[in-house]
Parts: sequence; structure tokens; C-alpha cells
Amino acid sequence: MIEVEGLSLDIGALPILRDVSFRIGAGEVFGLVGESGSGKSLTALSLMRLLPAGAAVRGSVRLEGRALFDLSEAEMCALRGAAIGLISQEPMTALNPVMTIGDQVAETLLVHGRAGRAEARRLAAAKLARVGLGEVPPDRYPHELSGGQRQRVAIAAAVALRPRLLIADEPTTALDVTTQAQILALLKGLVAEEGMSLMLITHDLAVVAGMADRIAVMQGGRIVEQGPTGAVFRALGHPYTRQLFAASEHVPDRIPHRGGDVLLEVRGAVRDYRLPRRSPVGAHPVLRAVRGVSFTLRRGESLGLVGESGSGKSTLARAILGLEPLQGGQILLDGAPVRAGDPRMQVVFQDPYGSFNPRHRVGRLVAEPFHAAGRPPDAAARVAEALEAVHLSAADAQKYIHEFSGGQRQRIAIARALITRPELIVLDEPVSALDVSVRARILDLLAELQERFRLSYLFITHDLAVVRAITDRVLVMRAGEIVEEGETAAVLDAPRHPYTRELVAAAPAIPTDWRGERRHG
Amino acid sequence: MRVPVQLVAGGALAGVFLALALVSLVWTPHDVAALSIADKLRPASAAHPLGTDHFGRDILSMIMVGARTSLAVALLAVGIGMAAGVPLGLIAAANRGGLIDELVMRANDLVFAFPSLVIAILITAVFGPSAVNAILAIGIFNIPVFARVTRGGALSLWTLDYILAARVAGKGAARISIEHILPNLLNLLIVQGTIQFSLGILAEAALSYVGLGAQPPTPSWGRMLAEAQTLIYTDPALAIIPGLAIVLTVLGLNLMGDGLRDLLDPRLRRIRA
Amino acid sequence: MLRHALSRLISLGLSLAVASLVIFLVIEVIPGDPAAYMLGMNASPDTVAALRRELGLEGSLAERYLGWVAGMLTGDFGTSYTYRVPVAQLVADRLEVSLPLALYALALSTAIALPVGILAAARRGRATDYGIIGATQLGIAVPNFWFAMLLVLVFAVQLRWFNAGGFPGWEAGLGAGLKALTLPAVALALPQASILARVLRSALIETLGQDYIRTARARGLTEGQALRRHALRNALIPVLTILGLQFSFLLAGAIIIENVFFLPGLGRLIFQGITQRDLIVVESVTMLLVAAVILVTFLVDLAYAWADPRLRRRA
Repeated sequence: MIEVEGLSLDIGALPILRDVSFRIGAGEVFGLVGESGSGKSLTALSLMRLLPAGAAVRGSVRLEGRALFDLSEAEMCALRGAAIGLISQEPMTALNPVMTIGDQVAETLLVHGRAGRAEARRLAAAKLARVGLGEVPPDRYPHELSGGQRQRVAIAAAVALRPRLLIADEPTTALDVTTQAQILALLKGLVAEEGMSLMLITHDLAVVAGMADRIAVMQGGRIVEQGPTGAVFRALGHPYTRQLFAASEHVPDRIPHRGGDVLLEVRGAVRDYRLPRRSPVGAHPVLRAVRGVSFTLRRGESLGLVGESGSGKSTLARAILGLEPLQGGQILLDGAPVRAGDPRMQVVFQDPYGSFNPRHRVGRLVAEPFHAAGRPPDAAARVAEALEAVHLSAADAQKYIHEFSGGQRQRIAIARALITRPELIVLDEPVSALDVSVRARILDLLAELQERFRLSYLFITHDLAVVRAITDRVLVMRAGEIVEEGETAAVLDAPRHPYTRELVAAAPAIPTDWRGERRHG
Repeated sequence: MRVPVQLVAGGALAGVFLALALVSLVWTPHDVAALSIADKLRPASAAHPLGTDHFGRDILSMIMVGARTSLAVALLAVGIGMAAGVPLGLIAAANRGGLIDELVMRANDLVFAFPSLVIAILITAVFGPSAVNAILAIGIFNIPVFARVTRGGALSLWTLDYILAARVAGKGAARISIEHILPNLLNLLIVQGTIQFSLGILAEAALSYVGLGAQPPTPSWGRMLAEAQTLIYTDPALAIIPGLAIVLTVLGLNLMGDGLRDLLDPRLRRIRA
Repeated sequence: MLRHALSRLISLGLSLAVASLVIFLVIEVIPGDPAAYMLGMNASPDTVAALRRELGLEGSLAERYLGWVAGMLTGDFGTSYTYRVPVAQLVADRLEVSLPLALYALALSTAIALPVGILAAARRGRATDYGIIGATQLGIAVPNFWFAMLLVLVFAVQLRWFNAGGFPGWEAGLGAGLKALTLPAVALALPQASILARVLRSALIETLGQDYIRTARARGLTEGQALRRHALRNALIPVLTILGLQFSFLLAGAIIIENVFFLPGLGRLIFQGITQRDLIVVESVTMLLVAAVILVTFLVDLAYAWADPRLRRRA
């Protein structure tokens, strides 16, 4: 179907891709796996010839025998959307905000001259129904749809002309796990129905394991290994594949804790937001983000808080940190209401890039939590100690944050949380923005620090694998309420609440028999 | 770091006029207050490199002193705008959605609703024409510009995690505004400052042209143009030279602004209006 | 949509009320008695007292303010002290020049800026783009009144294609009227066109970098189609903002240009009002200009909702 031979790409003087070769058969699902910066997305754009200015490609791409790099731009335009479709990662930005969804799907038909205006509109509505948007009128605008619905619109527009190859670049990375399962099922169904080929680009081994017939593993612009999915997973021939696999399955060595006395107690917490008024007169409508949540966290334990976007888990986290007022209930740390600036409680955020003031040196950044309690005389020594605890060096205190990688920044964030020798650290999606290999090392570090400093963790995440790896107990949150609570292993292995069951079922997993062979071998 | 070419070119252009203005403080080729009808309307010569005007004054000397007037008025007006606008913007952003924010923004809209030149004319007419009143009139209209730019930039910074981290550390809104928000807005403010500086020069020229800027005998570019207008049929050079001085200074500052923007933050794209 | 318009309408009314109060108070703070101020130093106490009555200066501050506002709402803007005619009549006469001039300049500026901005964005990073950037950079730096003088020098003095100034009135015919307004309109339009073209260019380039443009290209649109069908409408919002600002500027900011060309417009009226201390004219014309700006802002606001569905609310 499509044959890629010796594809190399440079952007300016920067080498991006080197000698990439693969073929995808008709009706086949081909998985392209790699960490960020491996060149997997630019491989896709090379096939579409939609590269940024200053890009130079070599090699050949043949789609059903036609050499794409020899075609004129006009011929390429005729091919795009008709023979090859593309879905990109961000459903929030991939659709034109000022055009109705129906028009965006119909446009594919119109620009290729395959239908008149009325006919295109009718076909677009049919396509939208096929991708599961039968209930959504085609005259809606993208902002009126959820992330999952938008991704369905993008799929409808991409497959409107039944292309022979569909390229999906991280199509579910920005989505919740239950939505991800639905979108993956939709893609699988379309492949089977239309007999098209699918090139699925992802960083998630578990996603390709469940979808792809064959996979290729990319690292630093090269394909290091490819073959049938099962065979690649069983053999793990290449060291990088092995490393990737180990990292994605990684469970840090940690001693489970029952926990001592109650450290944090949340009693019937309620948080309302006032929404903008609908008209100049009248009351503000109210959104209840947290609806009477109660739980306790014991000293020394690691408690997971799992939920999808919009579940209220981040709002709850900010309330626990004393950053948001409650409209009902109480949050107590060691028996007293929580307040911002309490040295016994610290936080680590998700985004390793937005978590630091770029104008301050690391030493000052790490020492910031001293603000409320007062700066101790040995502050500099404490900063050095904290940096060394996260396996950075004391000399790093003199550097600026832009000199560090994402993983290193997350270590600095942890050092900042350690500086006041807290009892509780709230971790808000601390590894979600990191590549799997970096994530594994950060999880190891968190496990080690918990032992060493007798810390308690409140670990907020959407990722069940992370919860399983690092928590003793787990709370499952949905629509502002906690629907299930219990020992982590018990909840994940035998969920009782229907929502937890749905969540566990939706989480993609590498088949256990593939894993089994690796352990024996 | 590569220095953008506009910054170099613009800086050089604006630098020439800045140098002329500074030199005029201690020395000019001729006394600009001394009238000498005998020397009137001389073409360019060694004694008068740009010639003389209808009162026999040396044009180069007038351009030099005029540069001082223009730059001083515009710079002080930017100072007024920043001194009042930046704190207002910071306070509004710190109280986003609150009553203070609403008040500041509505007051801003109100100032924007007044045609700036009309109000400048009104102010200078009511309080008498002078350079100080020109500074005030231009400065008042710089306030909402800086307030708006500061508020917009601060609002996006307030959503960042490092602000949350500072709040977790127990820092209050005032401290966060000064320690975390303001330093990260400096680039934005420098760029906007350059733009307002150049707009101030244009505004000062317009006010002096209609006689509401610096008063005689202080030379200013705008009034040189006004006086040249009646002589445009016979001595067009008198109208062309001060105009060129304005254009080159403003062009230099605008180029500098673009260059600074590219240098300080390539992602920063302020819409200039 | 209707609700949005309604809530904007209420804030429009509030803005007008506050603006009128501000203008009234600014005129009030003029030191001394306005009547004495208007009549100059040599006026006798009797004339001053007579003028005070005529101006309605008797009564409390609140009464006078309400009287002024009530008058304006019924179309009574007072009587000009210097011209001895109703201000409403004066304004109507002057609008016959100012409004066509503003519209003429706005049309010119838009007609120049749209193609130029689009061309620069389509050819971004190439020689055409750099040429346009340079030209617009220059256009922004030129003071419009100086540009007007150069136009007079070239087209009136040298080439003698146009008159150096004056306005024959619309009675002289549409052609003659437009001809008299051409140089002033060009002088006003060119700097504005430079600003508009730059805003359009950068808005378009920003939009062209968005994900949905790449998605559109992946659906088979050519670069030109993607620009026309997707980028242009999204780039419209900043352009609308600038257009709104420019209309107000062109209406009110033409004061100086009207002076250069000796045009009997609103700008000249207010300027003369100030120099002749005719406070009634100043007060009323300023209020009218501010009202025009607020009204245009309101219309631009409504246009946003038309251009961007995210600002509409489904009822």
C-alpha cells in the first residue's frame, strides 16, 4: 500500500530523520512508537508533504506505486484528504473555531469536487452519524463540543472520502481514558469496515499493543526495530525497546504502609464556582465542582486520587492546599484547618515548564516555601541538602531553570517541596507530562523519598498504572464525588462501582501472555 | 544570542537624534533664540549646514533643540503612563473578575472613548498651551494603554503553576505581583514603551503644529512645520527637513520596538494600534 | 445573541452617561465664571449676567447637568455664542464634510490594507513581504499633517491636479466635492492603511500557524484555499478592532488635516470653539464625538459575535 524507503529529513542544519523505511499493507494497522523528539510526528508530516519551511527530505515514499516526492503540489493536494487522511493530537485546536462541524466535514468533499454543496452537506451529516455524533446537529461549532466529540469530528473529516491510508498522530493522548477507549474502538471499526490502512503514532506501548498488527519503534530519528506486534513484544530484541517496555511497566520498589494516625481529614468539602451571569440582571449560575467529599489520609501512607478531567480532583487539591475557600465542610491538617504557607504541607505540579519563575536561580526557587515560616539561618545548606536528596548537585542552585530538562525540573519541584521538611506532599499529576523512561525514574525517586523522610503522599492522577505503582489506598472521583475508596490493589483488581469498572476496563494494557514470556525469558 | 538587524538600525537612527538632543544641552552651532533677518532663508552652506528659516535662525540648531523637546515630552508621557498604568494593571489582574478589576477596566474604556487629540486640545486649551500640559495630555492617554497591556500579560501569568507554588508558600497577591508578575512583564512593557514613545513623538508634533505644544521661543518640530506651511510654495525645504526628522525618529523607535520584541521574546506578538 | 446585544446596549447607555458627566465636569472645572471666560476680560458685569442667563448657568450643578442632557436628548444642543446659531445646525453643516471625509478615508485605507496585508502574509518571509513591512513601517512613522503638506506640494503646487485646500460644498456637484476631499482622505488613509495592513498580516500569520490550518491542508486544501477559507475569517477579530478605532479616529482626529486643507468640518469647529472660547460648541461637539466612538465600539462588539461563534451564546 505505502512503502517508505530510506526517508531522511533535515530542518535547517538539524538532522531529524535518518534512513526511515517501512511499509504498510492494505487494511493493516501499523503502530509507530517512540518518546517525544523521536521524530514520529515528522515522519507522518513527511508522508503528507506538509513539512515546515526549511525542511529537506530524501528517500522515497510510494503510495500504491506513485512516488509522492515526485508529484507536483497540485497533485499532492488532490491526494491529501482523498487518498491519505490525517488526524492530529489536539482536538481542541485541530478544528477551525469559526466554522460549523458539518461544514468542516463537507469541505473535504467540496474541495475535491466530489459533491455539490447540498450533497456534501448530506454526506457530512451521514459521516458524523457514523463516527457516533448522530445526536449532535451539524450546525454546531467546535467550542460547543467535548474533546472526544471534537476528535470524532476530525475523524469524520479525515475519512469522508474513504482514504486508503489514515494517519493518526497521538489521536487519544489529550483525552480521558474512557474516551480514549471509545475513539480507539471507532478507529478499529472504521479500518475493518472500509478496508483502509491505519498508521497509529503514539508514545503509549499499551495503546499499540491493543491496536496494531505490526509496530516500529523509533528513537532519535531512526527506526530501531520493527515487526509483528506480538513478536516484537515477546522478543524485545533491541535494547531500547526493552528499556521502553521496562519503563512503561515499571513499579518502584516500595514498602506498603498502613499509615499511622490521621494526618489530613476532609469532611464534607463543598466547592462552588460562580459562573458569569447569563443576562445583566439575575443571579450568577453556580457550578458545584466538589460535592461533599470526605476522606482521611493517615500519616506515612500514599493515597491516590483518581479521576478524569472535570471530576473536580484538581479543585479539591487546591482546596486542600488552602488556595480555595470552601462553601461547606472542613479540611483539617493535624486537627487544624489547612492554610496556604503551612510548612508541613507542600506541592508538586504537573507542568515541569510552568512551575518555575524563569527569572530566578534554582537556589531561590527551591527556597521559596520558607516564605511563610521564615528563612532559617542555614537556608543555603538546606537547599543543597534538598537538591542532593533528589539526586541533583548543590552547585545546581546557581543555575537558571531553562538549563534543565523536563525530568530534572520535576526533581527541582520535588526538592522545593522537601525544603520545609513537610509531612504531606500533594502531587498533582507529577509524572503525566513526562516520557515513560523519565517517569519511571521519578516514581523511583518518590518511593525512595517517602521511605527516607517518612512522607505522606496525596497522589492525584488520571493514570491507573501510576496509581497501582505508587499508592497504598485509592479514592475514585467522578463529577465532584468520591464513588469508591479502598486498598489500591483491591479496588483496581475487583472494582465495585460501575464507574471504576468502566475506568479499569478502558485502561489499555499489554496482553499478559506477552508479558509472561518476557519475565520467563 | 543574535541581535536583530532592526534593533541595530532602529537604535542607530533613534540614537542619532538622542545624541543631537543631548549635545544641544551644551552646544548648538548657533543660538536658536537669536533672530537675524539679514540671514533669512539662506540655502545650505558651511555656516548653516541645513540653511536658515524666515527669521534667519539656523535650521540645524533648531532641529537639535526640537529633538530635545520632542524626546523629553514623549519620554515623560511614557513615564506617566507607566507609573500609573502598570500598578493599575497589576492590581486589576490580582483582583481579576472583582469590583476593582471591573472599575479599572471600565475607566480604561472610558478614556479610550474620548478622541485623544480632542481631549489633548481641550486640556491644553483650558490650562493654557505649554510643554507641561502637552506631556500631561499625552501621558493621560498612555495610562489605559499600559494598564491594559499589564493586565493582559499579568492575567496569563497568574494561571501558571509557579504562581500557585508561590501561593502555596503563603505569599500574598501584592508580593506575588511584585516578585513574580512584574519581572516577567518587563519585556512586554519595554516593547510597549517603545511604541508609546514613538506615538508620543507624533502626538507632540501634532500638538505643537496647532500651537498647543512647547511655546516660543523653544523650538519644536511641529511648530517649525506650522511656520513652514505658509512658505511651502517658495521654500519647500523648510517643511521637508523637520518632517524628515520626525519620520526618522519615529521610524527608528518603531524598528527598535520590533527588534526588541524579537530579541526579548519571539513569541511576543503585540498588536500595535 | 439577543441577550448579548441587550447587555451591551445597557453598558452602552452607562458609558454615555458617565462620559457626559465627565465632559460636563471638565468644562465646569475651568477656573472662574464660564460666562466671564467666554466674554474675555473687558466685558461689563451686565453682559456677563445676561450671558449667564442665556447659558443656563443659574441653578445648582445637578440642575444644569440635567438640563444639558435633557436638551441633547431632544436635539437641543444649545446656541453657539460666537455664531449665534443653534449648535445642532452647526454640527449638521459640518458633518456634511466630516462624515464623507471619514468614510472616504476609511474606504481608501481598507481598500489598500486588505490586499496588501493578505499578500504579505501569503508571501511571508519573502522579498514581497519584506518590501511591504518596510513600506508600512514608513507609513506608520509619517505624521499625517506633514504627509498632507507633501501632497499639497506635489499635487497642488507642482502638478496642479488638485486645489491646495477649501471645500466648494456639495452644491458644486459630487465630483467637485469628492475631488476636494481626495488629498485630505489620502493623507488620513495612508498611515491608517499601514497600521491595518500590519495588523492583518500578523493576525493572518498567527492564524496560519494554527493546528486547524494544517488539518485543512491535510484534507487537500491548497495553501491559498486554506488562507481564504480558514485563516481570513479567524484573523478578522483584530482587524475589526482596528477598523472600529480608525473610524473614531478619522471622524475626530481629522482636526489637524481639516486645518491643513481649510475644510469646514467638525474638527475645525471644535478647534475654533476652543480658541474662541465658545464652550457650548466645545461641550456639545465633544459629547457627540465621544458618543460616536462609543456607538462604533458597540457595533464592533456586535460584529465580534458575528465573526466569532465562541462569543455567541445559544439561547
